[in-house]
Amino acid sequence: MLRTAKTIAAKDLRIELRSRVIANQVIPFAALVMILFAFALDSDAVLERVAPGLVWLATIFSVLFIVARSFALETTDGALEALRAAGVDPMGIFLGKTLALATQLIALEAVLVGASVVLYRADVSASGGVLLVTTAILATVGLASVGTLYGGLAAGAKGRETLLPLLLLPVVAPVLIGATRATESAFGTNGIDVSEGWPWLGLLAVFAVLFSVVGAVAFGPLVDD
Amino acid sequence: MTDVPAELRSGRFDHVVDVRDVVVVLGAFPALAGASLTVDRGEIVLLSGPNGAGKTTLLRACAGLVPIERGRASVLGLDVSTERDAVRRHVGLIGHHNGLYSDLSVAENVRFWGSTVGASSAEIATAMQRMGLDGRLSDLPVARLSAGQRRRTALASLVARRASLWLLDEPHAGLDAEGRDELDSVLRAAAAAGATIMVASHELERAGSLATRHVRVVAGQVVPVSGGAA
Repeated sequence: MLRTAKTIAAKDLRIELRSRVIANQVIPFAALVMILFAFALDSDAVLERVAPGLVWLATIFSVLFIVARSFALETTDGALEALRAAGVDPMGIFLGKTLALATQLIALEAVLVGASVVLYRADVSASGGVLLVTTAILATVGLASVGTLYGGLAAGAKGRETLLPLLLLPVVAPVLIGATRATESAFGTNGIDVSEGWPWLGLLAVFAVLFSVVGAVAFGPLVDD
Repeated sequence: MTDVPAELRSGRFDHVVDVRDVVVVLGAFPALAGASLTVDRGEIVLLSGPNGAGKTTLLRACAGLVPIERGRASVLGLDVSTERDAVRRHVGLIGHHNGLYSDLSVAENVRFWGSTVGASSAEIATAMQRMGLDGRLSDLPVARLSAGQRRRTALASLVARRASLWLLDEPHAGLDAEGRDELDSVLRAAAAAGATIMVASHELERAGSLATRHVRVVAGQVVPVSGGAA
């Protein structure tokens, strides 16, 4: 299973290095969303207050594109069916695609946090940085797991481009809430102390574990059907 | 490379493919209605028949991709219904798609599929060589290949992952005359090396000259045409 996961993740990341779709299209899209929010809100005080939510909202919108891209690779020439027809361990496929997705998401989040510091004047202390990194890791695992699970579910469906957001956005609401609250603490938004952010990581951890386990178990039957 | 795997050489099976009175129902439609067929090692069996007769379903049943309602199907002595994952590891199915990644090169695609079974670099190199994909072609992205070259890359991937039974659905579709000739010579060589091949095709003249046996699938049942019993 681990060998399969490593093979799948390496393949997905090699394709991204070759095609640069995430680097040249999705990350600029997310940065553009941040810039447009800055234009729309046009107030430093408001921007500073809403920066954590905007970072995670832009991340979640971008997840839709990254997941769609991840499964377009598998469905364009029937590779996902070929993987299943070849008896490749579905748990390994799930873990590999989740790992590749998480790697891409971490890069995206680094850019978005950087953008929020520049555009929204977000301020991160050393202890806030630790909270922010932990938040990003847990939220990324959750988003990557649920994204891979629902991406696999939508991959064979008609109208998958519109189905994926409908399936995914309601489910990731806990990540949006938990990650935003924790990031508010990390940024010190409205004078919130860093210590107030840590309890929200429990929600993110539960979400990450739940969807990692459910995804690993359910992915095979879902893509087989 | 396409030899029957060592653990399956113990004589547990008489035929590479043994399908007996298999019924497959897709929705409310009986796609296979008591189909029976045996295929032996090194055979190239052509499945012909009208659209919707059950050719593709028979191939997919052999790969464990559709549930069998009644009857029994085994591949290399492994029951398709109860040992599905084991069956799949020895079967290569190429349908209307090739299962390739267009951003990766030919070599990267073959290496990827080989790595799913832990194939060595030497095995992967041999697979590419046997399909005529070594040299200049190996570094080209799949997106830049002709239809025939893509099909050969897909077949090299089957060799790299040591598939013993090749299930090919309309393999000549979309190929020009040169590509078809190339494909036929590759399939003959693979069968001579020990692969067992089932080809579903409407192109009777082309596929018929390739096959060692011809059966027709009609209304979900298999009827012998030439080269022996179904």
